[in-house]
Amino acid sequence: MEISKDYAVQMRGIMKSFGDFKVLDDVNLDVKKGTIHAILGENGAGKSTLMNILYGLYTADAGEIYLNGEVADIKNPHLAINNGIGMVHQHFMLIDKFTVLQNIILGSENTNKFGVIDMKKEKKRVIEIIKEYNLKVDLSSRIRNISVGMQQRVEILKALYRGVDILILDEPTAVLTPMEIDDLIDIMRDLVKNGKTVIIITHKLKEIIRSSNECAIIRKGKLIGSVKVEDETEQSLAEKMVGRKVRLSVERTPSDFGKDVFEVNDISVRSIRGIQTVKNLSFKIRQGEIFGIAGVEGNGQKELIEAIIGIRNVESGKIKINGKEIQNTSNLNVLNNGISIIHDDRHKYGCILDFTVSENMILNKCRQKPFSKNGLLNDSVRDKFTDELIEKYDVRPKNCKNMRMASLSGGNQQKLVIGREISNNPDLLIAVQPTRGLDVGAIEYVRKTLIDLRDKGKAILLISLELDEILDVADTISVIYNGEIVGTFSNETADENKIGLLMAGGKNNEKIG
Amino acid sequence: MKKLDNILKNPLVSTVLAIILGFMVASVILLAVGYKPGQCLAVMFNAVFSRPKFIMNVIIKSSPIILTGLSVFFAFKSGLFNIGAEGQYIASTIVTTILGIILDLPPLIQVPVIVLGGVLAGALLGAAVGFLKAKFGINEVITSIMFNWIALYLCNYVSNSERFHRPESDGTFSIRDSGFTNLFYNWKFSKEGREYLKNNQFLNDAVLKTDFSLNFIIAVIMAFVVWLILYKTVKGYEFRVSGINVDAARNNGMCVERNIVYSMLIAGALSGLAGALTVTGTGSHNIHVLAIFENNGFNGMSVALIAGGTPFGCIFAGLLFSGLIYAGQSLQFKTGAPSEIVNIMIGVIVFFVALTQFMPTLVDMISKRRNKDV
Amino acid sequence: MFSSIFMTFAITLMYSTPLAFAAIGGVICERSGIVNIGLEGMMSIGAFTGVAVGYYTGSPWLGFLCGGLAGGLLALLHAVASITFMADQTVSGIAINLIGPGLSLFLSRLLFHGATTTLPVPKKLPKLINISSVNFNVDITVLLALIVVITAWFIMRRTKWGLRIRALGEHPAAVDTLGVSVYRSRYACVILSGILAGFGGASVTLAIISQFTPTAISGQGFIALAAVIFGKWRCSGAYLACLLFGFAQALVVVLGGGNLIIPSDILAMLPYILTIVVLILFVGNSSAPKASGKPYQKGSR
Repeated sequence: MEISKDYAVQMRGIMKSFGDFKVLDDVNLDVKKGTIHAILGENGAGKSTLMNILYGLYTADAGEIYLNGEVADIKNPHLAINNGIGMVHQHFMLIDKFTVLQNIILGSENTNKFGVIDMKKEKKRVIEIIKEYNLKVDLSSRIRNISVGMQQRVEILKALYRGVDILILDEPTAVLTPMEIDDLIDIMRDLVKNGKTVIIITHKLKEIIRSSNECAIIRKGKLIGSVKVEDETEQSLAEKMVGRKVRLSVERTPSDFGKDVFEVNDISVRSIRGIQTVKNLSFKIRQGEIFGIAGVEGNGQKELIEAIIGIRNVESGKIKINGKEIQNTSNLNVLNNGISIIHDDRHKYGCILDFTVSENMILNKCRQKPFSKNGLLNDSVRDKFTDELIEKYDVRPKNCKNMRMASLSGGNQQKLVIGREISNNPDLLIAVQPTRGLDVGAIEYVRKTLIDLRDKGKAILLISLELDEILDVADTISVIYNGEIVGTFSNETADENKIGLLMAGGKNNEKIG
Repeated sequence: MKKLDNILKNPLVSTVLAIILGFMVASVILLAVGYKPGQCLAVMFNAVFSRPKFIMNVIIKSSPIILTGLSVFFAFKSGLFNIGAEGQYIASTIVTTILGIILDLPPLIQVPVIVLGGVLAGALLGAAVGFLKAKFGINEVITSIMFNWIALYLCNYVSNSERFHRPESDGTFSIRDSGFTNLFYNWKFSKEGREYLKNNQFLNDAVLKTDFSLNFIIAVIMAFVVWLILYKTVKGYEFRVSGINVDAARNNGMCVERNIVYSMLIAGALSGLAGALTVTGTGSHNIHVLAIFENNGFNGMSVALIAGGTPFGCIFAGLLFSGLIYAGQSLQFKTGAPSEIVNIMIGVIVFFVALTQFMPTLVDMISKRRNKDV
Repeated sequence: MFSSIFMTFAITLMYSTPLAFAAIGGVICERSGIVNIGLEGMMSIGAFTGVAVGYYTGSPWLGFLCGGLAGGLLALLHAVASITFMADQTVSGIAINLIGPGLSLFLSRLLFHGATTTLPVPKKLPKLINISSVNFNVDITVLLALIVVITAWFIMRRTKWGLRIRALGEHPAAVDTLGVSVYRSRYACVILSGILAGFGGASVTLAIISQFTPTAISGQGFIALAAVIFGKWRCSGAYLACLLFGFAQALVVVLGGGNLIIPSDILAMLPYILTIVVLILFVGNSSAPKASGKPYQKGSR
C-alpha cells in the first residue's frame, strides 16, 4: 500500500527481537484515519510489542513508521505524545495513591514559571474534556477507590488531555462487565466521530465484530493479513488467528453431582483497608461440580478467596470442608484439610521464579512425607516426583527439572502448577482465572483438565473475571456483586445477558438453586 | 559473544572480577596521590604471607567476620537485612565476659556455658528485631541500628561498672582462664611447651605468638551448618521461599511472621557466636569501652555480599577481608600510604559486586555497537 | 531552670540539624524509588570535604558548599549503580558507606600530615543567635535546614517535580509512558540526596565542631535513614523524627549534667530506646513507596 496522508498510521517492515527470540518479523500495518482498527492475535503473538513500538516504549530493530503520510521517528513516549499518539495499557498505568486529577495531569502539568501547579486551571480544563466526550468520572477520588471501568476512563482522559489524535487501547475489555464494554464501544465511536483514530489490541473476537472497521491479524510475530471486519465471522477470525480450525469452546457433558463437599455459610469479610467487601455470602459445592463465580474485579473475590484459604479472617459465618469448620485457622490447616488452589497470578503466589523447577514442585508439600522426614528434605523423592509431573502434563522442555522456573513459558509453568495442586488430591480445587495469560492451546488444555477432574468426582470452585470461561466450564454459575451472590444459575439455564446485567449490579428476580 | 556473556554472569567470575577491579581502583588512587602501587601491593602481600605468624593472625582474625558474614548471609537468604550483626556481636561479648568472670566451673563446662550465654544474647537480640518486624511491621533496619547503639552503650556501661572494671584500664577484667578456648594455652607457655616449640620454628611462630584457637574451624563448620539448614531442611526451604516471595510463602502454608523471628534468631545466634568466641579465644579476653563500632558486624555485611551466593563463599571472603585489613596496617607502617586505602578497596569490591549487571551490560553495549558497524 | 530549658532547646536543634539535611535527602531519594542506605557515607565525605576546603581557603561557606558537592559526587556513584546498572540498591549503599568514610580518612591522612583528625578550621559558620548569658546559641545551619525542609515540602506537595517524584516511587512505568524520563529524574533525586547529606555532614564539622575526626560522623546517616522511615517518607514527618531524636539527645545532656543516679552510659541509650518505643506505639505497617528498591528496566517484559 502507498504511503498516504489518508492513513493515520503506517508501519513498514517492523522487526523486533528480545534476545534470540524474534517477536516481530517484517510487520506492515495501515490504519485509516477516523476508523477503529483492531489488531488480533494470541497471547505472545507480538501485537502489544508492535503497539509499544508505535508508542515509543520499545525501539524497533528495523522498519519505519509513518504518521499521516510523513515518516516519524518515535524514540520515546514523549515523542509519541508530541506526535499525537496516546496509549491505554492493559495493566493501567495509574498511581493508586493519587487522585484522578493528579493522574490525568501527571507529566503534562500546567505550571507557573516556578513549577507550581495551578490545580484550579487544570481542573477546569479536564472538566471541559469530560463534557466534550461524555466521560463522567469524579476527579477528586483516589484511583484505588474507583472501579476498573472508571480507571479505564481515567486512562482515556489522560490521552485526550494530551491532545492525542490516535489512541491505542491494549486489551481494553479484558476486565470489564458486558455493560461496561458497551459503554467503551460507545466511547470509541464518539472518539472516531470527533476525528480521532482508535487502535484496539485484543484477542476477543466478539468485540472486534461489534466495534471495529478493520482488523489486522498477527500470528507468531508475522502479519497474516488485514481484513474488513464486516466480511468476517467469529469463527473465520479465530481460524486466521490460530492458524488452524478451532473449537471455540470445550466439550462438557452434564455431570452427576454427589454429596456436599464444601460449604460457605453466611460469611462476612473485611478487606485490608477495613471495608466489608464480602457480605453474608453463602454457597455449597457438591462432588463432581464445577461451581463458577462470575463477577467484575473488586467485588469481593479477593477477600472471599483469602478467607477460604485461611490467610484472612472472617468477621462472621462459617467455612466447612467435609463438614469440618476451617474459617479463621491457618493456610496450613486449610491445605491439610484437602483444599488446593490455582492462583490467577502464579508468579506472585504459585511459584518462585528464581528457584529450580523441582524446588518449585514442593512449595506446599515440603512438610509432607515422603518429601521430607524429621524436618529434612529428601531431594531424590522431589526430583522423581518432578519427572513424573513433567511426563504426565507434557511439560516442555523435558529436561527442565533443574532449570530456573522463570525460563519456562507461561503455559508450561501453569501446567506444572496445576499438576502440583492436583497431585495433592484435594477434595476442593479452587481455580482463580486459571487461563490468564495463556495461549489458545494451553487454555483448551487447562479447561479440559478441570472438567476431567470434575468427572472424577472432585469439587471445583472456579473464580474468573472472564464470563466466557465460566459459561464454558462451570456446571453452576453464581454472580458476585458488591460482596454478595446476586444470582445462581445452572449452566443450561444461564443467560449471558442476564448474568452480564447482574455483574454490573442490575436486579434479578428469578433464582435457581 | 553469548558465551562470554554467560561466563560473565557466573557469580564466581563476577566476584573475582570485582576483586580484581577493587585492586585496580586502589592502585590508581595510590598512583594518583604519589605512591607506587606495585610496591604497596608487594608490601601488603608480604605483610600477610611472609611469616607463619602473619598467616595465622589473618586466619584468626577472619573467624569473627566469617561468622557475622554467615549471619548476614543467612538473614539475606530469608529476605531480611541484618544490619544488626554488630549489636548482636557486642551483646554476646558482654554476656560472655560477664559470665566468664562470674562463673567458676570446670573448663569442660565453663566454656560451653559462657559461649552459649553469648550465643543466646545475640540470638535474643536478633529475635527481638524479628519480632518487632513480624508483630508491628517495623522495618528491621531501624530497630537493628537502634539496638546496635544500645548494645554499644551497654558495653561501655559494663566496662565502666564498679563490679567489672579493671582499674587503670578502659576495660573489664579478663574472664577466668577456665573459659579460654585458645588451644594449647597452658601447654605452650609451660616449660616443655616452650622447649618443644623452640625446636620447631614454624609452630613456634604460628602457635606461640598467636591466639591459636579452634575459632576458624568452628567458623568453617558453621558455614556448613548454614548450608545444611538453608538447603536441606524444611525450615530452611521455608526461609528461602519467604525471602524471595512473601506472598507465595503465605499462600503455601508457611507462617511468614514466625519464620522472620526464627531466621533472625538464627542470624543473631551466628553473630553471637562470633562475639563469644572472640572473647574466649583472642586478645585480652574481655570487653572495653567502645568509642565507635569496631565493625565486626559491619564487615560481616561486606563478607556476605561478596560470598557469591553460597555460605562457603563467606569463608573465602572473610579470609580476604581479614588479610586486607591486616595488610593495611603494615602498608601504612612501611610506606606511609594511608591504611584506609583498604577500606576504599573493600568498598569498591562491594560496589562492583552490586554491579552484577555491569559486565553483561557493557558486553551488550559493545556488541550492539559492533553490529551497527557491520 | 530557665537555662536548662534554653539548653534543651538549643541542643535539640543542634543535634537534629545535620540529621534533617540528610533525612530530607533520604525522603527525596526514596520517594523517587531508590533506597539510599548510603547516607552515612555521603555525610562522612561531606563532613571531611567541608573542613578540608574550609581549612585551606579560610571560607566556611565555600567549605559547606563543597561538602554538599562531595556528597553529591558520591551519590552519583550510587545512582550509576542503582539506576543505570540496576544494581541491588542496598548493596550499593553499603559500598557507599565503606567508600565514603574510607576516602575521608585516606584524604585526611594525605592532607593533614598523616592524621585522621584534621586541624580545626580558622572560621566556623556563623551563629544565628548567641546569648552566652543563658548559654543559648543557635547555628545558622539550623535555619538553613529549616529552609531546606520547607522548600522540599513545598516542592513535593505543590510543584510538578514533586508530583513526578512521588509518582516515580509508586509506578515508574506509568511515569515513563507519560514521556518523563525515569532515569534522568531518578539521577537528579539521588544526586540531590547526596548533596543534602553532604550538607548535613558539613554542618557537623563546620558549625558544631570545627574539625573532622573519625567519630564526627558516627551513625547520624543511619539515624537519618531511620527518621525517613519513621517519618513515613514525608518531609514533615522526617523532620519531626529528627527533632524527636535531637530532643532525646538533649535530654541525655541536660539530665546527665544534673545529679541523677542514672549512669551516663545508660542515659546515652535513651534516644535509641525512645525511638523503638515510639515506633512500636505509633508506626503501624510502614508505607514505603511501592516501587522503592526495585530497579527499573525500560521495556522489561
